[in-house]
Amino acid sequence: MTEPVLQVRGVSKSFGALTANEDVSLDLRPGEIHALIGPNGAGKSTLIAAISGALTPDAGTVHLAGRDLTGLDMAARARAGLGRTFQISALAMEMSVLQNATLGALGGQAFRLFRPVMRDAGLRQVAQSALARVGLQGHARTRTADLSHGQRRQLEVAIALTLAPRAFLMDEPMAGLGLEGTARMTGLLDALRVEAPILLVEHDMDAVFRLADRISVLVYGRIIATGTPAEIRQNPDVRRAYLGEEASP
Amino acid sequence: MRRETLLNAAILAGFLALPLWAWMADEPFIITLTTRAAILALAGVGLNLALGLGGLVSLGHAAFFGIGGYAMGVLAFHAQTYTPLTEAPFLIEGTKSMPVIWLVALITSALAALVIGALSLRTSGVYFIMITLAFGQMFYFFMISWPAYGGEDGMSIYLRNGFPGLNTLDPIQFYALCFVLLAGALWLVSRIQHSAFGLALAAARQSPMRVTSVGIRPRSLHLLAFTLSGAITGLAGALFADLNRFVSPTMFSWQTSGEIMVFVILGGVGRLLGPVLGAAIFIAMEHWLDGVSDYWHIYLGAILLGMVLFARGGLIGLIAGREVAHD
Ligand SMILES: Nc1ncnc2c1ncn2[C@@H]1O[C@H](COP(=O)(O)OP(=O)(O)OP(=O)(O)O)[C@@H](O)[C@H]1O
Ligand SMILES: [Mg+2]
Repeated sequence: MTEPVLQVRGVSKSFGALTANEDVSLDLRPGEIHALIGPNGAGKSTLIAAISGALTPDAGTVHLAGRDLTGLDMAARARAGLGRTFQISALAMEMSVLQNATLGALGGQAFRLFRPVMRDAGLRQVAQSALARVGLQGHARTRTADLSHGQRRQLEVAIALTLAPRAFLMDEPMAGLGLEGTARMTGLLDALRVEAPILLVEHDMDAVFRLADRISVLVYGRIIATGTPAEIRQNPDVRRAYLGEEASP
Repeated sequence: MRRETLLNAAILAGFLALPLWAWMADEPFIITLTTRAAILALAGVGLNLALGLGGLVSLGHAAFFGIGGYAMGVLAFHAQTYTPLTEAPFLIEGTKSMPVIWLVALITSALAALVIGALSLRTSGVYFIMITLAFGQMFYFFMISWPAYGGEDGMSIYLRNGFPGLNTLDPIQFYALCFVLLAGALWLVSRIQHSAFGLALAAARQSPMRVTSVGIRPRSLHLLAFTLSGAITGLAGALFADLNRFVSPTMFSWQTSGEIMVFVILGGVGRLLGPVLGAAIFIAMEHWLDGVSDYWHIYLGAILLGMVLFARGGLIGLIAGREVAHD
């Protein structure tokens, strides 16, 4: 079997007495969407933060394409090829949509002080094609604060695209999108997995079961099962702990 | 054309027309007043780079203003007394040459800003304000207690420093120098504002997480912005000392930091010409209202309060409206 792109091993994280992640290990293989599901407060966002370097776990390692990222900070991990989207949009609200995308297109190279950045044809090309892929091409000049909630989610994904990452970490990209938005995002992620595999945190079970090649279920900070959608559907522990009737065929 | 661009042009035109008129009408005092405004504007342009673009509320920019001032004072003092600064390990002599003094002012204040920034930028918010204030006060008390350069009394420089090909004692010629430096700084800041660095710096102000997640460290951006900011304010300090032919620890006082910040807030935080308009109005008020009432600062305070409460973009924002996103 091919080497996994992303390898997470033994990640634990406690907030005081609360154990948000406990000995979590998972892989992201080339070309796959690996969904991470679990009830509210299970520790999904905490795991994304630990992988992306936004917070330091108490234990555990992260490898990307064979490279050990464990000691690196979030900026260095982003440059190493982790493209992340946030559960709660983190965007420069006063800037235009194109400016936000251009920021990603810089590829971490921000110490250029004289050339007008918005007139750089190369950057504009990267930024605009990313916007086009998420369906925001008509909003390049819109002030980001004026975007709808769904459009902000799309912009998050577009910025991650400009990084051309080796792996995507996406925290609930469909949250609050509505039917049409969810369908569009589902189509986008479906096509995206061939460029780089996606670790997808998502509550929308329809989208998860449609997209995921594999699913891991996180409950109280522990992974209780990992498998194909069919296996997860059948797993009695999962049904008891989490899925209930909702996912019954 | 955008309204702000027109307004900016009008402000700069005013800075050209007024002294020109004063020169023709033989009103040297007005020229000196405008020179003062231009120099303080330059100090504000420096602060605006940290405060406006970077969102770094520094109450310690008097440190850089003062360092620039003393760079001039110390070099000119040694030149006028014919004593070298040091003889070992190699001889350093004083100078009366403005370009050299400017360079020294830029480098020393940039270094100070680099060190102060590296230490202060570990904190944020109110703590950052307090720690920059503390650094400023440290310099202030240090200068007061250092007798070699006049201590509390400061020191006078008898003759204005020279610039090749110009007679700097002529008010209009010295003004021209100051105006060119102000325009140069504005050009530089405008380039920075539209560069990749400026984009990232503004984004880091609005969402540090966004910047970090595209592989850029906000603190590195902030440190560079703070250093450049300190250097520009330091250059203004050197000019200010040359205007008055006098330096004293007052340049380092927290009131100086406060005044520089007032220019920026009054004119418009983050607006290119904000500190220029702010400094012009401050100097005008200082000049006209001082005659009317001893307590003109109270009026200024009231105006500032109104600005902060009702016009976040300062006067520029009031006249030209909200800042538009470029492209
Ligand atoms: N910085 C923090 N300090 C203290 N507790 C935290 C912190 N961040 C998260 N937690 C707690 O850790 C647990 C896991 O939170 P996390 O956000 O990872 O859950 P989640 O699975 O993403 O939930 P959701 O589906 O609601 O997004 C929660 O109980 C949360 O309250
Ligand atoms: Mg979450």
